[in-house]
Amino acid sequence: MDKLLNDFSVGNAFWMTILFVGLILLLKKFAWKPILDSVEEREEGIKKALEAAEEAKKEMQNLNADNEKLLKEARAEREAMLKEAREIKEAIISEAKDEAQVAAGKMIDSAKASIEQEKQAAISGLKKQVAELSISIAESVVKKELASNNDQLQLVDQLLEKVTLN
Amino acid sequence: MEGLNFIGAGLVVIGAGIGIGKIGGSAMEAIARQPEATGKIQAAMLIAAALIEGIGFAALFAV
Amino acid sequence: MSHMQRKFSMKKLAFLVFFISGVVFGQHHEEKTSHTTTHKEQNSTLSLKEEFKKFKEHHIQDSHSFDFVSYKNDEGEKVHIGFPLPVILWDNGLKIFSSSKFHHGESVAEAGGNYYKLHHGKIYKTEANGLLNLDEHHHPTNVKPLDFSITKSIFFVIAVALLMFFIFSKIAKSYKTSALPTGLGRFLEPLILFIRDDIAIPNIGKKHYKKYMSYLLTIFFFIWIINLLGLTPLGVNVTNNIAITFVLAIMTYLFTTFTANKNYWKHIFWMPGVPIPMKILLAPIELLGTIIKPFALMIRLYANITAGHIVLMSILGMMVIAHNWLGSSLSFVLAFVLSLLELLVAALQTYIFTMLSSLYFGMAVEEHDEH
Repeated sequence: MDKLLNDFSVGNAFWMTILFVGLILLLKKFAWKPILDSVEEREEGIKKALEAAEEAKKEMQNLNADNEKLLKEARAEREAMLKEAREIKEAIISEAKDEAQVAAGKMIDSAKASIEQEKQAAISGLKKQVAELSISIAESVVKKELASNNDQLQLVDQLLEKVTLN
Repeated sequence: MEGLNFIGAGLVVIGAGIGIGKIGGSAMEAIARQPEATGKIQAAMLIAAALIEGIGFAALFAV
Repeated sequence: MSHMQRKFSMKKLAFLVFFISGVVFGQHHEEKTSHTTTHKEQNSTLSLKEEFKKFKEHHIQDSHSFDFVSYKNDEGEKVHIGFPLPVILWDNGLKIFSSSKFHHGESVAEAGGNYYKLHHGKIYKTEANGLLNLDEHHHPTNVKPLDFSITKSIFFVIAVALLMFFIFSKIAKSYKTSALPTGLGRFLEPLILFIRDDIAIPNIGKKHYKKYMSYLLTIFFFIWIINLLGLTPLGVNVTNNIAITFVLAIMTYLFTTFTANKNYWKHIFWMPGVPIPMKILLAPIELLGTIIKPFALMIRLYANITAGHIVLMSILGMMVIAHNWLGSSLSFVLAFVLSLLELLVAALQTYIFTMLSSLYFGMAVEEHDEH
């Protein structure tokens, strides 16, 4: 202990205190603060860059998933559209077929009807002509036999009633 | 009577030596048991040894 | 490839420094050896031992002039190669003069009508004849004026401070141009990060560590550089000057005391969780503990470095005293190994000083929620 006290120099301690405090303050201002700040900044930058990369990766994955989804949707839509088109096509065809059938049926019916009509007309015309012809024949025949026209017409009608065309 | 304080200082040095030896030995065992904690054990060992060493030196200089 | 080259060149450089240091030490002792051989006929080995002891003490001690080498030439005169430093005394007024006036303690220096003499690295006030009155323990009883001289230690502290300022401000500037460290910064940045991540943050905590960083970094690099330079042949071991380590330790103490929170004081004066008689008993012990901590810090650094130097010097002295090929070469090998050990001790003591300082800071700002 004596040796320690003997070795202790107040002057040395005095200078050392001044020098060391000065050194701490100077280094703090000109070295430690800038160094620590830039190191921290760099670390922060690296951290941020890593985070950004992670984010980008995630986004990329999301994007990929979205793309896939879109693709799937598009495919499904196409499929649906194709299916619809096919259905429409089939529907149109069948409709057309039906319509054609109906039209053909109608045409046949109307043809049948007009044929019938024509037939009827022809028959009634024929009837009239036959009647007139028969009358003129009968007239010419009966002119001689029957004195009165009325008796003759009566006779014809009676005769005609007996005649059925069908 | 002059020499007694030197004997005392010697005793303190022996004690400090035993203490530091024990710390070193325990640290070795701890490292062997948990090699992955080597760094932490070494730091703790150095601090403990330094504290004991300080007492040893204080005793030496108090003579 | 360039990295490898750089590494290699650094290794070479380190080896070169070491080699030169060896050569200089060797030369130094060659001179001493030649001197001893000339005097060996009339002087016994005992006087050689005593002379070496004196030399060792001189090496350990602070001095008022900066001597690289001092030895006795063939005529028996002492030769000092170096330069004088300013002596500043407070003795009823400021007295400033060059230490060359002392002629290394051989003559009396006169300043402002007073006479001073250098004796074992201390300045004493004397009469004009320069006689010292010695007591029975060979200690002078003369008055010691307050000595504010720029001694060898202080000179070296100034040099190291300038060196540190130069190096670290340059590194700080290099960050302005690139985010990555360049040159010496590449070697020192990991150390700065080590102090931050492995010493400051675990001991002080993430919340408070920032305000202590400047101090911890300064103290770490200051002690480390000065310890390492103390191992060079310049031989200026500053940390074996008790006044220097006292200032370093008192800084830690003051910084701890003035940044301490309420909790810290509560744990000293009124320890929570123990019965009241224990509280009263513990308070003075805890208070004493706060003073013992920096005291141990001071003694530890001082004693480790001093002890290392004394042992190293003794082994180097054995090289001279043994004076035969076996003993000398053996002690050379021993000195070499011990020098390597001292490199480790220099770094270890720096680490422990910084570590314990940050531990004390951590105690000062610790917040106990559980109590």
